[in-house]
Amino acid sequence: MAYEAVIGLECHIQLATVSKMFCGCPAEFGARPNSNVCPVCLGLPGALPVTNREAIDAAIRLGLALGSTIRDVSVFARKHYFYPDMPKNYQITQYDRPLCEGGALPVRIGDATRSFALIRVHAEEDTGKSFHPERHGDRQVSRVDFNRAGVPLLELVTQPVFREPAECAAFLTALRRLVRWLGISEGDMEKGHLRCDANVSIRPAGTQALGTKSELKNLNSIKGVEKGITAEIARQERVLASGGTIEQATLLYDADHDKLAVMRSKEHAHDYRYFPEPDLPQLAVDAAWLAAARERLAELPWTRAERFAAEYGLPAYDAGVLCDQRELADYFEEVVKEADPKKVSNWIMTEMLRHLKATQRGVSDWARNVPPHHFAFIIRSVETAQATATSAKSVLDEVFANGGDPASIYAERGIRARSSSDELLPLVRAAIEENPGPVAQYLGGKTATLGFLVGQVMKKSGGQAVPQTVKDLLEAELARRAAAR
Amino acid sequence: MSIDREDVKRIAELARLEIPEDRIERTARELSAVLDYAAALRRLDLEGCEPTVFAGLGAAGPAPLRADALDDVRRLTPETALAAAPEHEDDAFLVPPVVENLNP
Repeated sequence: MAYEAVIGLECHIQLATVSKMFCGCPAEFGARPNSNVCPVCLGLPGALPVTNREAIDAAIRLGLALGSTIRDVSVFARKHYFYPDMPKNYQITQYDRPLCEGGALPVRIGDATRSFALIRVHAEEDTGKSFHPERHGDRQVSRVDFNRAGVPLLELVTQPVFREPAECAAFLTALRRLVRWLGISEGDMEKGHLRCDANVSIRPAGTQALGTKSELKNLNSIKGVEKGITAEIARQERVLASGGTIEQATLLYDADHDKLAVMRSKEHAHDYRYFPEPDLPQLAVDAAWLAAARERLAELPWTRAERFAAEYGLPAYDAGVLCDQRELADYFEEVVKEADPKKVSNWIMTEMLRHLKATQRGVSDWARNVPPHHFAFIIRSVETAQATATSAKSVLDEVFANGGDPASIYAERGIRARSSSDELLPLVRAAIEENPGPVAQYLGGKTATLGFLVGQVMKKSGGQAVPQTVKDLLEAELARRAAAR
Repeated sequence: MSIDREDVKRIAELARLEIPEDRIERTARELSAVLDYAAALRRLDLEGCEPTVFAGLGAAGPAPLRADALDDVRRLTPETALAAAPEHEDDAFLVPPVVENLNP
């Protein structure tokens, strides 16, 4: 029988605030263990939480970006469970009245944009961090660091709208882009800024009823999400194919071995005894706050990509790449004030992004050494035949590495595009003299050898010769010699 | 409204409370009495009434919020934070073994 999968995601987004959700302890990562703690985040008796306004503002902005409904009154709730890395034995979260409800995230998959519907986005607090059990005398213990306890989190829950693991990966990539774009989280899955659990079930293809779902955890990279879900779908298919039934369970995915481990079946599933957090009056968001949050939102990545395509006449692919990061989109719009949009887009995608990838650096590093008008100058120099692409690129390499004004580098080096035959013919003749073998091959009919000879002339010109002119001159000169033979 | 023995056992398990066998009946009666007391509210006609989450909320107003700033006054040193822990070592609390990432 053919099955189809039904997948929903629960994503946790760790906010990049200065302080924690309900107290003024630093939310930073990497401090001395248990040094960023106070009575509130340690859950000491009598300590009272006070909500971080900026964390709520981040949630509102994310909700607005996703088109969610923002409740004017929402309620924090206690979710009870016992785990040693949670100091209070309950987590302050939201339950039946979350801050944001509904909405959808548009995701570009191939040539189409699909919108994945959401159930909610709510605010909550993170737990502490526990470490792998280790031997301690005659027993096993875990170490716990509460620095992370109380760090602001947003939980985003999708409808069960995914059918393919690859859709989940595309969704997470788009979500990561959005939270970075909004500046609310660093969004790095490997560092736990963005975490994802998946609810996976399968059913006979074409039917409507949902199968029993399992909850997949420990998906700590976008690749891991895709592989973990793929493995779980395969596992469920094997169970059903062998006549078994799927039991509601929590599974851990081991990315290193591409294996799933069943951790527990949920006997008391979702019996967290939620009730309204008595220490926090309800959270009110008025129209003025909403308006201010909307103001901070600025233009969203997908809206901006559409505008780039329309306003600058760029292909959708280019616009998507340029709007992958807000800094990059901003940078593009500066450069494009002084150079042709499609040319700028090409230079960014081929040269700039290649350099950044190779050096593991960011757009701001690039912009520091190559401010927009310098980049525009270099791009224009090729368009106006002031320099060849080869010399322009070598100057760009240098400016990226060391900074400096490309105009003065051009002047110092006498960089210009050389296209006069008076200048180039001697170089062409020299190349022909020095390479009798390739010349003989060319004359013998192997015309592809011409590329090699063009390269030789380019080298002699220090990259300044205009390649098309060199090619024309070479062909003419070689034809002349062929005729003379 | 009434709470039976099974309810008591289940609630005790969820709350990690140990209730001795000879106290279960009594606890069931006591919890039932609490529910019966609150059940008086059911006699009110609450049609069209927004549920309130907190008593006296109107007077108290919505939750105060804090600016996203550090409060170093209330922060504890690791030594103080760990002082009351049953076990600790090298700035860390020691707890029974934990399987990572199992938080709901």
